[in-house]
Amino acid sequence: MTRFQSASQTAGPYVHIGCTPSFAGLENMYGGHDLGADIFSSDTPGSWVTVSGRIFDGEGMPVTDAMLEFWQVDSFGHYAPQGGSEGWGRRAVDAQAAGYSVNTILPAAVGDEAPHINVWVVARGVNLGLHTRIYFDCADNEQDPVLAAIDDPARRSSLIATRDGDTYNFDIHLQGDKETVFLNV
Amino acid sequence: MTQYTSYNPQDMSLQPQALTPDYRSSRLRSPNHKLLSLAPGAGELTGPTFGHDLIGPNDNDLIINYAAPGQAAIGEQIMVHGHLLDENAGPVSNALLEFWQANAGGRYRHKKDGYLAPLDPNFGGCGRTITDADGYYSFHTVRPGPYPWPNGGNDWRPAHIHFSCFGMGWAQRLITQMYFEGDPHIPLCPIVQTIADPQAIDSLTARLDMAHTAPMNFRAFRFDVILRGKVSTLFENKLEGN
Repeated sequence: MTRFQSASQTAGPYVHIGCTPSFAGLENMYGGHDLGADIFSSDTPGSWVTVSGRIFDGEGMPVTDAMLEFWQVDSFGHYAPQGGSEGWGRRAVDAQAAGYSVNTILPAAVGDEAPHINVWVVARGVNLGLHTRIYFDCADNEQDPVLAAIDDPARRSSLIATRDGDTYNFDIHLQGDKETVFLNV
Repeated sequence: MTQYTSYNPQDMSLQPQALTPDYRSSRLRSPNHKLLSLAPGAGELTGPTFGHDLIGPNDNDLIINYAAPGQAAIGEQIMVHGHLLDENAGPVSNALLEFWQANAGGRYRHKKDGYLAPLDPNFGGCGRTITDADGYYSFHTVRPGPYPWPNGGNDWRPAHIHFSCFGMGWAQRLITQMYFEGDPHIPLCPIVQTIADPQAIDSLTARLDMAHTAPMNFRAFRFDVILRGKVSTLFENKLEGN
């Protein structure tokens, strides 16, 4: 017996209630701990960095009701080496936060794939969650099959975070001249 | 060679398009470019998993999980239950489900929701659970109210509950909404109608389930969520240590 895939529906403007209730002001829900606050536990070995940025719509206005999720390998190139949710995190984006910021370790390269963080974007007005990737300008990205499949250099650069001291900046543009490359995974 | 479990592609005939102008918020938030297709690798075929010990005793009871001791949320008491399955009708077990919704009057506990319906001091509006070995889940809540929303006209959302679903792989990640059988707002709602296929809309509609309705207590509604199905594919093993 086969079943049809359930259709996606927008996460809507109140996704933070369901996924980051403490951020949304539901005090003490789930013990006051929002899931995905830490991508890795603080004793995880590797090169710790901050990745931050903002999300914009097709008119360049900041998106202030989004949720981002992140999924990455550790510094040895493994997804969730112990099982569980190590390597996964999420952030709420609202008007006050104006963007997102995560502390994480630089992921290792895996085979041909250059170091990257998988990202999933949901928000009001986004009917089907958008997959993209954060690459790093310090890494060797030449052989990466996803970046190589993007012909336009400007489009390719939409997936590469730029370093500023200990912080990498990665903005997401849902639409327009600077539109981020999104993936059908 | 390592065998990973891969997934059928997303069936775009069932999924909403990115740009659906009748749903105004999609106009500036829909990519103009086509999605770049990618052969799934380890990052798409693995995903985070969560243990049952994450879930507190009241996490799947929205009637009491925000209420003062001895109090309860106001509204029609219901149980929503069903299975998380894949396209092959196989269970997706031990998967995290998160829910959020408006209260019985159609008001969200959110600083941006200024609808005139009052907040219920005993209702937060979120819950979560993890599917069992059969992919089964259940939670108790109050039936959410329909509410008006700013979309340019006299638009009302049908009563709905938001579902966030983790599968076994990152490629299966899904957020959707559950509607209630018989709601006259379903065919009128621009968000529902972002889905072109009537059968796909029907599959987001929960059915009254008298067999599990508890006399003099709560009504049951049955709702299954179907994630992308598994296909077995061989990939070259490039993961160190695997």
